[in-house]
Amino acid sequence: MASLVAKQEEEREGSRGLGNIAFIAVLAVAAAVIFGITRWVGQSYAFFAAYVVVQYIVLGTAWNILGGYTGYVNFGITAFFAIGAYSTVVMYKLTPWMPLPVMVLVGGVLAALVGLGTGYLTLRLRGVFFSIATLALAVVVQTLFTNWDFVGGARGAYVLRPRLAPLIGGEYIQYLFLVMLGLCVIVLATARAIERSALGYGFAAIRDDEAAAEASGVPTLRLKLIATALSGAFMGMAGAPLPYYVAYLDPASGFSLNYAVNAIAMPLIGGTANWVGPVVGAILVGGLQQYISVTISSAVNVLITGLLLVAFVILAPQGIVGLFKRRQP
Amino acid sequence: MEADASLLISAVVSGLLLGGFYAAVSVGVAISFGMLDIVNIAHPAFILLGSYVAFIGNTVFGIDPILSVMITLPAFYLLGMLAYQVYYVAFERRDDQSLRGLSFFFGLLFIAEVGLILVFGVDYRSVQAWYVSGNLNLGVVELPWRLLVPFLLGLAMVGALQIFLARTFIGRAIQAVAQDQQALRLMAADPTKIKRIAFGLSFATAALGGAAMIIIQPIEPSIGREYIGRIFAICVLGGLGSFPGMVIAALTLGVVENITATFFGPSWAPAVSFGVLLITLAVRPSGILGR
Repeated sequence: MASLVAKQEEEREGSRGLGNIAFIAVLAVAAAVIFGITRWVGQSYAFFAAYVVVQYIVLGTAWNILGGYTGYVNFGITAFFAIGAYSTVVMYKLTPWMPLPVMVLVGGVLAALVGLGTGYLTLRLRGVFFSIATLALAVVVQTLFTNWDFVGGARGAYVLRPRLAPLIGGEYIQYLFLVMLGLCVIVLATARAIERSALGYGFAAIRDDEAAAEASGVPTLRLKLIATALSGAFMGMAGAPLPYYVAYLDPASGFSLNYAVNAIAMPLIGGTANWVGPVVGAILVGGLQQYISVTISSAVNVLITGLLLVAFVILAPQGIVGLFKRRQP
Repeated sequence: MEADASLLISAVVSGLLLGGFYAAVSVGVAISFGMLDIVNIAHPAFILLGSYVAFIGNTVFGIDPILSVMITLPAFYLLGMLAYQVYYVAFERRDDQSLRGLSFFFGLLFIAEVGLILVFGVDYRSVQAWYVSGNLNLGVVELPWRLLVPFLLGLAMVGALQIFLARTFIGRAIQAVAQDQQALRLMAADPTKIKRIAFGLSFATAALGGAAMIIIQPIEPSIGREYIGRIFAICVLGGLGSFPGMVIAALTLGVVENITATFFGPSWAPAVSFGVLLITLAVRPSGILGR
């Protein structure tokens, strides 16, 4: 009975918020404002720094679609991210005329397929087996790319960043930032739409009690596969512009630990319950990291993020968002 | 053709020796994951901590690497008990093992790794001992001591633990704790205390495995990550909770990896454990000797 009341309350709360299309409009305006401000600042460093933070919003939200909503932990972020990045390298070599958004899409589709395959083999078992398999997936994908000479192998590949941005003019990094902002709008809108749909309720049922969900007719395997594919696709998309951003992609940078740690730490620090958490986590932690990289050193970054992650999962399991919710009962 | 055959034989033999070492680094996870159902993915980081203890003992004090880890075993045991206590209070009691419990160990992994980088740097470190170089000549094959000693150490550890688990009250309680905590309470044993002891043991084996690792190869802080997939592949393939199965799996993986490295190049070896893990999970998730 109590749960029914809570559910009705939740639905009323949900209907009070914006509709999906209105939400996209708000996000798009916000993205336009952010882009305008960054352009007004007018330094390319501002674009490079902002790109990283927005990239982490995308990565963190993508991870959260599987991790936060269904409770299945994906440790293989670098595998999906690097599949996106390396698919861009391949297309850069074979079909250089292709516009970047198409490359992003292709990277996303490939990463989704890998997610589907891994998920299909391991998601029928207990969640920890999936997590362990993704850990190993990161190692094996790195092995594959390290041995694949066409994409540079262990030496890495150079990707020439065009001098000027198409459509909007200015430096190319502005275009990269714009693409990442657009991706961010899509990912956030998708995450929020999932939360309010039957899909989201199915995910939550899996997270809270998978056996009970299965028994009440929730198609758990299919839902888990959808979540894994979506989450993997967005991670791949987040990685696709990377070769242009770094201009030189080798396994060490494509599979950098920072991506794995941040994509997990940021949602857990911000809060995994809804789409707000990863955004808050990515902006705070990502901003802090930009500051530390400039003032102290980037090696300390991983240490501080790791410490924050451990501190938050022990002391504030609901994340920053949860801390604020508790104050207003 | 003859050259191929002798290449194969030496690949199999050194693969078996390597497998004994894999058993040494995996036995801790066979306890924590197989018997306590705690997915400690930070295990390799503590193996490396053991390696660096062996390194300090060897280079600063001039002690044998295995002996210097032996001296510090109580410290590792206490560290393991502490880690379990934190895990218990923060996650197990709240019934939040899967998402936040896993992430906790993930965070520990990176804290330990970066901590080691900040202290020791990213240079490769190695130890000096009579068995680090040289071979035991058996006529047909030559066994390098640096593989043979970790192999024997691994088998000795597994054997000793197997006897402990089968013959003592605490050992049997450890085996029982994952199966039925309520029944264990009726036997007047506190499940939390039993798990704390078992987790301490798991950390102690990690330290010894670390000594074995630095004997086999020079180490640097991020090398541990390669071992995560390998260790869990071995434990899953062997069957959770079964030491004999774990040893068979470790030897198998050692041989398969070595053959892959010999005939396709060493850069392909890391992919083997993932293949083994994925096939096991898809075909027989309970492993070779799983219940």
